[in-house]
Amino acid sequence: MPPLGSRNHTVGPDEAPVTLVEYGDFECPHCGRAYPIVKSVQRSLGDELRFAYRHFPLVKVHPHAEHAAEIAEAAGQHSKFWPMHDLLFQNQTALEDEALIAYAETLDIDPVWAARALAQGLFGDKVREDFASGVRSGVNGTPTFFINGVRYDGSWDAASLLEALVVAAQ
Amino acid sequence: MVLPAGTTAPDFTLNKSPDATLSLSELRGHPVILAFYPADWSPVCGDELALFNEVLPEFQRYDAQLLGISVDGVWCHKAYAKARNLEFPLLADFEPKGEVSRNYGAYRTKEGFSERALFVLDVKGVIRWSHLSPIMVNPGADGILAALEQLSQPAGAGAS
Repeated sequence: MPPLGSRNHTVGPDEAPVTLVEYGDFECPHCGRAYPIVKSVQRSLGDELRFAYRHFPLVKVHPHAEHAAEIAEAAGQHSKFWPMHDLLFQNQTALEDEALIAYAETLDIDPVWAARALAQGLFGDKVREDFASGVRSGVNGTPTFFINGVRYDGSWDAASLLEALVVAAQ
Repeated sequence: MVLPAGTTAPDFTLNKSPDATLSLSELRGHPVILAFYPADWSPVCGDELALFNEVLPEFQRYDAQLLGISVDGVWCHKAYAKARNLEFPLLADFEPKGEVSRNYGAYRTKEGFSERALFVLDVKGVIRWSHLSPIMVNPGADGILAALEQLSQPAGAGAS
């Protein structure tokens, strides 16, 4: 898996002993189920964990996933990637363009600019880059997790994921 | 055992729709990806083919043609492809049942369906990479892409 760089969105210290990377799709119901689980392991591990999210929109089955990913990147340009990431996972059934632009507005991002960013695909390249890196790294569906750079094929219920992260941190 | 790298891929002609057939030899000149899978509609296959469907633009960068193959019939394939928006052909290894899968060493006689097996063929129709997955494991697309990348290297440049 390509290492994390300044283009990636991370939470937690760069020097944390364990890094969890999720390749996800904002319209994917499994990713929606994983969202509170990731939050819970973040709470449990605190500064021991660095979490990163990369885009893997399955656009042929999820018609809103591409624009949802792009609006998250657009928000990221205003240092609001994570608030947008949370809003999207909390509102998975309302991901039409109008809804995405409204979420941008609630985060104090100019809705006219946000609409233009979607219409012109300003952040499409960034999303495709994430997707391509996932394909090359063996992402085989969403969500796919990597722990310290190694694909995690185990169960991702909260207890199993936490245990795997604790082991990796040692 | 699935046919290994270095073997000439056995030719075949199978239905790709209720009224059209496709022969492997028609694709000479392009790299070809053969994805044998157990059945339409079963959840893991769904994920595998759905993933490949999303990755098609990456395959196309290598001018590669992807073909899905299972023992399901043409009407089943047609309904399945439509439901999942699949944009590559699904071939019906239906009569004689599983014959092509057998020729590639990718048939489970006891269960009566194809293995979950992948083959990457070069422009001359020679198998350059093959992979057998456990039935319930989605193999991902990284192995295919690595094989296609190897094919696109100038002769002698790719070690293997």
